[in-house]
Amino acid sequence: MKLKRRITTIIFHIVMITLGFLMLYPLLWLIGSAFKPTHEIMSTASELIPRSPTLENFINGWKGFGRYTYATFFKNSFLIVIVRVIGTTLTSAMIAFGFARVRFTGSKYWFAAMIVTMCIPGFTLTIPIYLMYLKVGLVGTKIPVMLGGWFGSAYHVFLTMQFMRGIPREMDEAAVIDGCGWVQLFTRIITPLIKPILATVAIMTFMSGWGDYYSSLIYLNKTKDYPVAYALTLYASENDINYGPMLAMSLLSLIPIMTLFFLFQKQLIDGISFSGIKG
Amino acid sequence: MKNKNTLPVPVRPKHKRTKAQIRKDVTGYIFILPIVINLIVFHLYPLISSFYLSFTEYNIISPAKFIGWDNYKKMFLEDPIIWASLKVTFKYAIISVPLSLAVSLLVAVIMTYPSRMTNFYRVIFYIPSLIGGGVACATVWKMVWKIDGPVNMALQSMGLEPIRWMTDTKLALYNIILLGVWQFGGQMIIFLAALKNVPKELLEAAKVDGATPIKSFFKITLPIVTSAIFFNLINGIISALQQFNAAFLVTQGGPLNSTRLYGLYQYTQAFEYQHFGYASAMAWFLTVIIVAMTAVVFKSSSTWVYYQDEG
Repeated sequence: MKLKRRITTIIFHIVMITLGFLMLYPLLWLIGSAFKPTHEIMSTASELIPRSPTLENFINGWKGFGRYTYATFFKNSFLIVIVRVIGTTLTSAMIAFGFARVRFTGSKYWFAAMIVTMCIPGFTLTIPIYLMYLKVGLVGTKIPVMLGGWFGSAYHVFLTMQFMRGIPREMDEAAVIDGCGWVQLFTRIITPLIKPILATVAIMTFMSGWGDYYSSLIYLNKTKDYPVAYALTLYASENDINYGPMLAMSLLSLIPIMTLFFLFQKQLIDGISFSGIKG
Repeated sequence: MKNKNTLPVPVRPKHKRTKAQIRKDVTGYIFILPIVINLIVFHLYPLISSFYLSFTEYNIISPAKFIGWDNYKKMFLEDPIIWASLKVTFKYAIISVPLSLAVSLLVAVIMTYPSRMTNFYRVIFYIPSLIGGGVACATVWKMVWKIDGPVNMALQSMGLEPIRWMTDTKLALYNIILLGVWQFGGQMIIFLAALKNVPKELLEAAKVDGATPIKSFFKITLPIVTSAIFFNLINGIISALQQFNAAFLVTQGGPLNSTRLYGLYQYTQAFEYQHFGYASAMAWFLTVIIVAMTAVVFKSSSTWVYYQDEG
């Protein structure tokens, strides 16, 4: 029996490691190739480890396009994502508090409407929203790209509300008796208690925002405004694709989210599991 | 009247209550103000506007011209690409949705094997979901499957002919399906969470009674995770029918429209040809399809989804 169990364990690890290797192969290939001299990338494509590792791709790649280096693109990415994270986290907490704690007239209808929005196919809204931003002259600025989340994101509000349910309501009553108003109840009592879920919301928003090239594709038209995720598409429009710098910068673009993911993988994975169970 | 005792001065309680309720209402709406704006400005208005646009011809330069049902007529009768793209999209969905479900469930079940490495594997399998939709990954994907890329090099070293993974009209769609299935990690995590609800004692008991692992999977595990399957199925259908990234970033709809997914085609109509009216009609058509399919799945769910708390 013991031997059988041992064999099963070994098979389990072999299966998992093989599968894991295949899953990560594109990423491993990217890491290896980014450090290869440009002319070796395709000629030694089947090798993951560079024969003569070099940083030249990173140095050349960082120069970016025209007058703008990747310093600009990274700055844009961080600016856009941070504004989105602040907006999404703040409004998720506020809206969730409003729905879950303040029993106001009509809250049920607004809540139902919010849930319904999650089912509307995005493209139906994309065109009119684009035309709306065009009318007010904001197309071609970073504002439409940054504003995502500032008016609440249904999914994140829902996630926060689910978490808030776990906090006993007696707490609210006690606070109100102590002469604590709604605002204070929200800022002093509830917010500190829901910090874990707000952290999850912030991380999720950061990750999806960092990789988002779609809103840039629609709203941005000046290279100086591009975030990294979108700047990477510029290689495709060059006549002679420069593999080395393109791969090096692709790799660099993944570093912030990968770092964040390894630091907070528990919160993130718990957040996803949570949405599935309750959803 | 419940909190009458807690009120310091219970004078004219009726009046007090309404006043308190009004305060509550005002407070409530202040807190949810962002979502109120969101619903009106970024959902209700756009929905009405897009519906109206779908009956017009509009290219920004000249004002919208009302043309009745012409966009819809053109869509159904005169535009062969739309049908081709719909066919491609359905093929994409019909293959990728069940395949992702099966792969993610299978891997999640394997992962229930007790091991100290489980968390590590879970992280590894989730990474493609984290980065797979972006430009960086699409770039690498294109190169990995290139005619002279590492996959074909491996085939050649085994004495096989290289395969045109992305330039063969028969294969390109399967290639982007694979790109989608590769990102099964999110669904896997939801399955992993659901699998925690499977009582270990029950599986042990079944084993003692001589049930094979396959039998106990179908009889015990599968019914318990049906609600997770349902959740993943709905999300899978909705996102597969709207898929855009892979087609836009990897194949640009080619070769010969073989990967021109509906999501890509409506984007092209709107933002490349500036046919905002026509693209809105397309968006509404897709919305109707998605709502109908979701409704069918919801309706069917009562026959196959098992909820534990129903007892």
